[in-house]
Amino acid sequence: MKTNDIILQTATKVVLFLIVLFSIHIFFAGHYTPGGGFVGGLLTSGAIVLLLLAFDMKTVSKILPVNYIHMIAVGLLFSIGTGAGALLFNVPFLTHAFGHVDLPVLGDTSLHTATLFDLGVFLVVVGVTMTIIQTIGEDE
Amino acid sequence: MSLLHLAIISPFLLAILVPIAYKLFRQIHTGWFVFPLPILLFSYFISYLSITSNQQSVTKSFAWIPTLGIDFTAKVDGLGLLFALLITGIGALVVLYSIYYLDKNKEKLNTFYVYLLLFMGAMLGVVLSDNLIVLYTFWEFTSFSSFLLIGYWYHREKSRYGAQKSMIITVFGGLSMLGGIILLYMMTGTFSISEIIAQSDEIFSHVLFVPALLCILLGAFTKSAQFPFHIWLPDAMEAPTPVSAYLHSATMVKAGIYLVARMSPVFAEHSLWLWLIAGFGITTLFWGSFSAVKQTDLKAILAFSTVSQLGMIMSLLGIGAAALHFETVDDSYFTVATTAAVFHLINHATFKGSLFMVAGIVDHETGTRDIRKLGGLMNFMPITFTLAIIGTFSMAGLPPFNGFLSKEMFFTGMVRVLEMDIFNLDTWGFLFPVLAWVASVFTFIYSMILVFKTFTGKFQPEQLEKKPHEAPIGMLISPIILASLVIIIGFFPNIISNTLISPAQAAIMPVEGYVYDTHIYFWHGFTPELFMTLGVITLGILLFVTLPKWRSVYNLFPEKLALNRFYDSMLEVSQRASFNLTRLYMNGFIRTYLVYIFSFFIVALAATLVLKDAFKFDTSDVATIHYAEVLLALVIAAASVSILFVKSRMTSIILLGAVGYTVSLFFVIFRAPDLALTQLVIETISVSLFLLAFYHLPKLRHEERIRFKMTNALISVGVGAIVTMIALSAHSNKMFPSIAQYYVENTYKEAAGKNMVNVILVDFRGFDTMFEITVLGIAALGIFAMIKLRLEGGKKNENK
Repeated sequence: MKTNDIILQTATKVVLFLIVLFSIHIFFAGHYTPGGGFVGGLLTSGAIVLLLLAFDMKTVSKILPVNYIHMIAVGLLFSIGTGAGALLFNVPFLTHAFGHVDLPVLGDTSLHTATLFDLGVFLVVVGVTMTIIQTIGEDE
Repeated sequence: MSLLHLAIISPFLLAILVPIAYKLFRQIHTGWFVFPLPILLFSYFISYLSITSNQQSVTKSFAWIPTLGIDFTAKVDGLGLLFALLITGIGALVVLYSIYYLDKNKEKLNTFYVYLLLFMGAMLGVVLSDNLIVLYTFWEFTSFSSFLLIGYWYHREKSRYGAQKSMIITVFGGLSMLGGIILLYMMTGTFSISEIIAQSDEIFSHVLFVPALLCILLGAFTKSAQFPFHIWLPDAMEAPTPVSAYLHSATMVKAGIYLVARMSPVFAEHSLWLWLIAGFGITTLFWGSFSAVKQTDLKAILAFSTVSQLGMIMSLLGIGAAALHFETVDDSYFTVATTAAVFHLINHATFKGSLFMVAGIVDHETGTRDIRKLGGLMNFMPITFTLAIIGTFSMAGLPPFNGFLSKEMFFTGMVRVLEMDIFNLDTWGFLFPVLAWVASVFTFIYSMILVFKTFTGKFQPEQLEKKPHEAPIGMLISPIILASLVIIIGFFPNIISNTLISPAQAAIMPVEGYVYDTHIYFWHGFTPELFMTLGVITLGILLFVTLPKWRSVYNLFPEKLALNRFYDSMLEVSQRASFNLTRLYMNGFIRTYLVYIFSFFIVALAATLVLKDAFKFDTSDVATIHYAEVLLALVIAAASVSILFVKSRMTSIILLGAVGYTVSLFFVIFRAPDLALTQLVIETISVSLFLLAFYHLPKLRHEERIRFKMTNALISVGVGAIVTMIALSAHSNKMFPSIAQYYVENTYKEAAGKNMVNVILVDFRGFDTMFEITVLGIAALGIFAMIKLRLEGGKKNENK
């Protein structure tokens, strides 16, 4: 899939970062406003897919040398680890904790273990989507 | 869990450590790590002799699945202990022998000893379990380890064939035995053998009694290689010789005999039991010894000889069952057959074990087991020759070896059949002594072939792969011990008569308040048995000398045994039939499989809707419908209908995308931003995925439209209708109060979040999400594996 569309490529270079930033925003905002790990992950994969369409498989894997199968595993570890972490505090599996912490720069921030769990979802979604697309795309 | 249980499972535990020992200590033969265990177990079981020789037993129970009546009850009585001693005693000798037989640098010793230990533990479990389900579990374990050991040299075609054959036949019998066990449970309500024996009188007239008897016997006959199931045993000789000596002559094949002996108190009252066991036993005895004479491979001769000897023990057990029909057992007049069975079981293990080891030595030191190539080895291997003489003469039933004693006793048992007047034995019973005698003549002949064709005659060095020489001392120790036992038991049979034989007999034929007392004598006077033996020797020598002249008798039979051909063709036919059957519906087209899936979907759901009377259409709580919504619905309908009529795939995919995006607009109108966002992104990504998959679809000719097919139309309309009906019913049937209010109230209070959808996903229903992403991960790995592995498989095929 070799394309040489200069307009698409130039636009992609700008839009890509916008989408990724937006996905990160959506991921963190998920607890209070629409969004979350699932949509965030899908948006990031959408950005990478756009990159794939504008350039080609080889270039993208050179820019982003990520093993997406490992990413699935890391994501699952995050989610299950967050759940299992609750066991250390003698509460049922997957019990979440939250609180307000005064962080430098950011100021008063609400922190939530659900974010860690959602990060796992985010990583799994990106990993799964990209594994599927990459495998099918590479198969000539 | 008692020490007894630990003793039974100790081989399994050691099996776990064997691979580690193999990895860490490559310089030491792994057999040395295994060797101490059977010795330890043997001495442990010896300590039970003082209990069982008083014809008492020890029972230790351990709850396994108590709700189903399955307890791991270990019971040591005379019969079980006899087998346990054989398993551990012969086991120790075989392990010692294998250390010198298998080269530590060439063979994969870790797997070998793991399999061997698996077998040892399983076999101990079979003979020491009082619970039939536990017994069955261990029983299948022995089949399984036997399969692995026969296929140990799996690069050989014949090893794989033999392994498969033994597996199919013994597991077939094992399953039938399981059926028999379940039938027994249905009659008695217990799996415990001792409790079933206690109820044997009550179940005798039960309608399931005979089916249970037949099922159990089928299991015993397949395992003990009785005619016509004996065909697996000669092919099992592809296993390394220590395995043949251990599994396929001394222990595993006797599991069937054990089962018959163990279940005798339950079934022996029935005439069918006697006729079937004695009949099949004597047939096997004759056919095995007759077939052994024409074999040219040392191990094949021994295999058929084992088949025939197993038949002999089996027939003795059958005849012994008749004793239960006579009022008194005191004079041991009719129980002599059972005594002979137990006695010969021990003797057979000693002489056949040593003979297998001798065959292994000959194979190891000359490179061949073909008696046409062998000859004149006497001068090169004097010790092996002596061992072979002792073993074969005992097998042939010559004095002063132990085989003579049990053979005489066997004749006694068979001759006394003539005096029995039950079960029509007075009409056809005369066949037993006649067949026994004829079979003994053939036994004598193949015994002579075995020893004289190998060790005397013309030495043919050009036929041998190696220059023959005496085996190393380590390989000789085990057969020497066994051969010494042959002589010791031959001269002093009474050292085992009341320690091993009587207790075992008490377990096979328990009689209230009666203590068995066995005495074995060398000289009985001029009895019919003695003349029968003399006749066997005379005719045997005559036939052995004139063998070349009458050998052509065997050519009257087809080249390959008819039974073997039957097995092979049955295997082939069943393979072809199942292949054809599968090909009928698995044609490799995804569209066909989708037809199956969707048809099933329609039938199952439509049936549920009709049977449960679940369809309901209720518009009472529907909000007002706006023009925008109608417009969107029309767009969706138009887009999906036009998919059916467009010509190119590209257009179909774009139209499908249009449907998806319109659905997300619906979510926007219904104020579900999360869903709308997700739907939008999903749509985008799946359209690009479709475009990727495009490259792999076959090109349609002339971009033609797919032809109209009635079945497909029906199925697609059906699926659509069903889904619509379910959606409508799901809305109209309010079976439970909605839990939406709970989330509205608690989302902020309990989980400190304001986006309800996300809080449900990560917190309230976090478990679901966790498993969903796990499923996603598995799906991705599956796609990855299918595509990558297919590529490699394709390459391999090209190389062919």
